[in-house]
Amino acid sequence: MLSVQSVTGGYPGHDVLDDISFDVERGELLGIVGPNGSGKTTIFKMVSGILKAKSGSILLKEKPIASYSAKQLARVLAVLPQHAEQAFPYTVKETVSLGRYAHQSGWFQSWSEHDEAVVQRTMAQTGIASFEDHYVNELSGGERQRVFLAQALAQEPEILLLDEPTNHLDLSYQKELLDLLKRWTREQGLTVISIFHDLNLAGLYCDRLLLLENGQINLHNKPNDVLNEERIQSVYRTKIEKHPHPTVPKPQMLLLPEKQAEDLSDLRITEKWLAHQNDMITLNAPFPLRTMSSGVVGSGTGWYRTFVNRHVDKTYNCTDHKGEMTSFLEAHGIDPTETVGMMTAVRLEDVAYRLIEDDDVSVFVVVTAGVGNAVDASKSREHVYEPLPGTINTWVFVNGTLTDEAFIQSIMTATEAKVKVMHDQQVKDAVTGTTATGTSTDSILIAATQRGEHQAYAGTITTLGKLISEGVYTCTTEALENYRLRLSK
Amino acid sequence: MQKRFTRMFLLNKRFIAYPIATGLLIAAMLLGISIGTVSVPVLTILKLIGTEVLHLPSLGKTDPMFTTIVMDIRLPRVILAGLVGASLAIAGAAFQGLLRNPLADPYVLGVSSGASVGAVLVLFFNLSIPFVGMFTLPVMSIAASILTIFLVLFFARQIERSMRVETIILTGIVFSSFLGSLLSLMIALTGEELRQIIGWLLGSVSMRGWEYIGIILPFFIIGAGILLFSTKELNAMSFGEERAQHIGVNVAKRKLWILIGGSILTGAAVAVSGTIGFVGLVIPHLTRLLWGPDHRHLLPLSILLGAAFLIVADLISRTIISPTELPIGVITSLIGAPVFAIILIRRRKESRG
Repeated sequence: MLSVQSVTGGYPGHDVLDDISFDVERGELLGIVGPNGSGKTTIFKMVSGILKAKSGSILLKEKPIASYSAKQLARVLAVLPQHAEQAFPYTVKETVSLGRYAHQSGWFQSWSEHDEAVVQRTMAQTGIASFEDHYVNELSGGERQRVFLAQALAQEPEILLLDEPTNHLDLSYQKELLDLLKRWTREQGLTVISIFHDLNLAGLYCDRLLLLENGQINLHNKPNDVLNEERIQSVYRTKIEKHPHPTVPKPQMLLLPEKQAEDLSDLRITEKWLAHQNDMITLNAPFPLRTMSSGVVGSGTGWYRTFVNRHVDKTYNCTDHKGEMTSFLEAHGIDPTETVGMMTAVRLEDVAYRLIEDDDVSVFVVVTAGVGNAVDASKSREHVYEPLPGTINTWVFVNGTLTDEAFIQSIMTATEAKVKVMHDQQVKDAVTGTTATGTSTDSILIAATQRGEHQAYAGTITTLGKLISEGVYTCTTEALENYRLRLSK
Repeated sequence: MQKRFTRMFLLNKRFIAYPIATGLLIAAMLLGISIGTVSVPVLTILKLIGTEVLHLPSLGKTDPMFTTIVMDIRLPRVILAGLVGASLAIAGAAFQGLLRNPLADPYVLGVSSGASVGAVLVLFFNLSIPFVGMFTLPVMSIAASILTIFLVLFFARQIERSMRVETIILTGIVFSSFLGSLLSLMIALTGEELRQIIGWLLGSVSMRGWEYIGIILPFFIIGAGILLFSTKELNAMSFGEERAQHIGVNVAKRKLWILIGGSILTGAAVAVSGTIGFVGLVIPHLTRLLWGPDHRHLLPLSILLGAAFLIVADLISRTIISPTELPIGVITSLIGAPVFAIILIRRRKESRG
């Protein structure tokens, strides 16, 4: 569709672009990203025929762009400007109708029924039909943007160039506009090239990204390759972190605000923050902790500051246990959005907790254990699903900074320690008669302060791994002993 | 309901715009012919136009004195005033659209200064071009205005190849000042010619006769024709030149044509009547306020209103302190400047909300 071949040039006496080459396929959505002054707009001006390239060539549908007349070009390629001048008060419809200019010919340039139909259709598509008689200069920034989008679409182009299309739009219109563009590329084969400032939007919607740096192409590839943490940091010269989008397989680049000085840095999670009530154990952290857990609420990963282990009766049976747990928390004045909540039928007085320290990292472990429904994981096929009381809930609070790997390894290490307790305590699977590995409803929580020493790994013989194994092993053993002791009374 | 009403209203507004403007022009012409030291009844004027201009069978006897007054003095004067007013107004409308500045007019580009210099040169050196004779002044004036616009464009292009509007305006202002000081120099060096030059500079359409109409008419037709065929492009260009290019307008070519068309009109108007200010500024502005900025209607309506305005201004200039005649430029400025100020203040208030 469009082929840019070793283009060099820019403004008189000042070359902005240096040997740029790329191709855009029909129906592709290409995003152009790069820091200010990297040449994004200059590429646009060259492709849209405003600036001439000093050397190199630009082919549009296999024909050099210079061979197109202004009208011919406007029938193939339309541009949505970042801002258009508003010298005189035209109405919305007059403005959109101008987009038909290139399709009208002859001295009298008459307005055909097709022209009218296209204008009406584009106004409907962009949601501006209801104010077609309003003056454009009286509209809000977002509405005006859509008027000019309608004007560009009225050209019935095959390629649409957009210069930061989401600039003046609020969130819902940003999404709406990009969804619409994406759909048109799929359904009507429209080719879209857009400049983006927002790397995340670009990554979410574009098929490919063109990353510019100082007038040269740094990389032209799939968003996941272009949005690489080190690459973006070096091109944009700022601190950025790459994370996966929680629901779609696209990367998100997150800005890291400069850490403000705070006096909380030496605060550690210890017994001090733990509270033991009749029907629940809570830990109220002084600041949110990065958490990975399998609780009833607040499960998965996130930042939470309240941790609740709630006692429920053996007969607790509720179809909407998440909703019930949320209302329980609310009833106790706890904000469910900041809370990881677990349930157990085990008596909470059996709880065991311990702080285990090394030189620069420490771990605070809290365990409640009951083994009424102990299961041997290797023979779990022989079990039928029946929710029985008896649960081992393990909380591990790490006073340190953990990577994602360290979080996962912490879970492994904690689990291995738990299994070893089952083994050493001779806990039997009631169905198979073999040694159990845990219970059928165990939960785990790893929460890190993300302050202090970095812990890249948490395998069993790393500094952190050793603390976790020791903490989980001793606490689980103690909790289990408490549990057995109470039962035998 | 609301929407439908607005649309009907807009349609009506545009539908009645032409009859209103035409009616105003006809009324202004009749008034201009009728009023003077000798009053000519409107009925007589209509009869005379019927027999003398349209060559209808005699509609009855008229006083030969009236015939002379109307046919030799007032009718050519009114037509000339109308043509000058129309030329200045449409040129102003086109320049405002092209430069995207409702306060711009032909004078900003230095075109009228160029035309004045051409004319004053003729008066100063008592020039007479062979074969052109008494039309030396108008021909020199038009030539100078076109020469000026090309010089302005040439220098603008030297400064910046893409010739942005801002560059053209700045270059025009520089040329205006330079040519203005040339004029002052020539006036300072003049002895007896001073009064003639000053009188000409202030502008007048008196005692010009049919020959001058013959001079301005072809240029008016060419200039207005060029501009009237560029109205869509003017609409596009009022959203910015890049935008117009993206919509499909060959901006460089059109811009040149519009500048040439406007210069021809301005040059011809200055040549036959001297410098008459504010018509090119106020009339398009007023038309736009009344009937919207769409150049397809703005330009023809500006022609009608501009013609009517200058005819009335001329009428006032020759009757207000009769028998002495005021220069017409004084009247247009006296009316134009306050109107313009009011428009400006209202706009400012509106934009403040």
